[in-house]
Amino acid sequence: MTELNTDNSLVRVSGVDKVFKRGSEEIHVLGGLDLEIPNGEFLALMGPSGSGKSTLLNLVGGLDRPSEGTVEVGGKRIDKLSERRLAAWRARHVGLVFQFYNLMPVLSAQKNVELPLLLTRLSASERKKRAAIALDIVGLSHRAGHYPRQLSGGEQQRTGIARAIVTDPTLLLCDEPTGDLDRKAGDEILDLLQALNKEQGKTIIMVTHDIHAAARATRTLYLNKGQLSTSPVD
Amino acid sequence: MKYLYLIFSSLKRKKLRTGLTILSIMVAFILFGYLTAIRQAFDAGVEVAGADRLIVRHKVSLIQLLPQSYEEKMERIDGVDNAVHSTWFGGIYQEPRNFFAQMPIMPEELFDMYPEYVISDEHKAAWLENRAGALVGRGLVDRFGWKLGDRIPINATIWTKKDGGRTWEFDLVAIYDGAEKGTDTSQFFFRYDFFDETRAMGEGLVGWYTVRVADPDRAAEVAAAIDVEFANSATETKTEPEGAFIQGFANQIGNIGFIIMSIMSAVFFIILLVAGNTMAYTVRERTNELAVLKAIGFTDRGVLGLVLGESLAITLVGGLLGLGLAWGLVSMGDPTSGSFPVFYFPAGDMFVGLALIVAMAFVAGIIPAMQAQRLQIADALRR
Repeated sequence: MTELNTDNSLVRVSGVDKVFKRGSEEIHVLGGLDLEIPNGEFLALMGPSGSGKSTLLNLVGGLDRPSEGTVEVGGKRIDKLSERRLAAWRARHVGLVFQFYNLMPVLSAQKNVELPLLLTRLSASERKKRAAIALDIVGLSHRAGHYPRQLSGGEQQRTGIARAIVTDPTLLLCDEPTGDLDRKAGDEILDLLQALNKEQGKTIIMVTHDIHAAARATRTLYLNKGQLSTSPVD
Repeated sequence: MKYLYLIFSSLKRKKLRTGLTILSIMVAFILFGYLTAIRQAFDAGVEVAGADRLIVRHKVSLIQLLPQSYEEKMERIDGVDNAVHSTWFGGIYQEPRNFFAQMPIMPEELFDMYPEYVISDEHKAAWLENRAGALVGRGLVDRFGWKLGDRIPINATIWTKKDGGRTWEFDLVAIYDGAEKGTDTSQFFFRYDFFDETRAMGEGLVGWYTVRVADPDRAAEVAAAIDVEFANSATETKTEPEGAFIQGFANQIGNIGFIIMSIMSAVFFIILLVAGNTMAYTVRERTNELAVLKAIGFTDRGVLGLVLGESLAITLVGGLLGLGLAWGLVSMGDPTSGSFPVFYFPAGDMFVGLALIVAMAFVAGIIPAMQAQRLQIADALRR
């Protein structure tokens, strides 16, 4: 897997349509959408429910494919990759953070963080070492052996972030990372994301409903009826 | 190997359900082991039967006797190498449930005809010297805790003695072992000359003959020649290969192989439904987790492999426990106290069991695994 070209825009979405079919009904979620995200940006995506924020995030992360248009990340058309190549691409270049953490309940925090490394050729000891570093970055070294049910919501989300960064991806995609947390825990997560953006140069796209969270980003875009704008639409 | 902990961790998710499924599979494989041993018990004689041996019996039925004089006539037939007669004694040792076969036989000819009976020269000589001596299989000796020198009384149900008595007493002077695992070592042989002189009736008559042919390829031809030899006599014969004779004997109960196969098929079909149901639930409950695995880079095939791996892990644990327990239980010996003189779990069937484990894992897991493989990440994450 080659490294991404990050000289210009890291993400370039051009003329993207996304249509979902529900029975005979077609639902147009995105229509002719264009977006460029420079390398190292922390972008917040806001908009009402059903506006297509998560759909756009999925397209940029290679979790879904557009109905029309192109999605380039690091100069590579990911919408044309085969399933197998796309999976390998995600494993190498994308870190995902979910609203409800999506940790494996039967695995300890350490093992959860190690999961993406199973897809690499690293030895067991190297995987363990890297997972420990990722947990250290998110401040959870002391909880490595705990299972998700033994962690608070904030700690679970930090474990989720550790899992997202353990492979050192270029792009972090966060789908409402503070949506299930109280203000204090949410702030800690946002601090962490900001630090990853500023100190480690991660490009972050964060979907959020929370203006307070969006304020931490370097740019905020608003999505409504499948179109992006720089200001909220009434 | 690195995915093993992921597979086994998933099994801990619903411990009760996993445990019950493993238990069901284990019981199925215990049954498999036991039924295999029972089938083996019925087939054992057939398997060790010599390809060069024929059984000659009365044409009407096995309980009709043949003249002892037939032996010489048979040995003159072209292609016959040797002929040895046996007779069913049908006695009872202490009580009827202590069943075992007793047969008077010509001692000099026994070992020539049945090389699968292994006996030391010392024991052989002792038997030839003692007219009331008995040669007993190791399995039977162990079953009743007999030892050399014991006097064993057998109560006759057919053959009364000339003095009117029914109790025949034999000296245990020789013990034979089996050359193969399937050799029947539960038989009790005694000398025909002693039997013929002591019995009150049937002098000069024997039960059946075992005939060895010089060339096994000519067995059918020789069998026909024997029956032709005695055709139109007062005691016509029916000659057949030893294996077919023993199989026919077993088939008096029914087609054992078919019955056992039917039971096993029913059991495995039900267990397959149980295991398949478990795997289907496992996948349905974890749609979101499987989608996350795909999202972080697991391929469709990788997820398919994980689900199949879980199916294999469950069936492997249950199946190996079942096969192991079956082997242990069968090794404890014949559960019927004598009806199955040859009772063991053949190594070959152990491999069949292992193949069944893998097949069961695949069949139970393939549909849920394919559902997991086809999961669309974005759709599944929304659920």
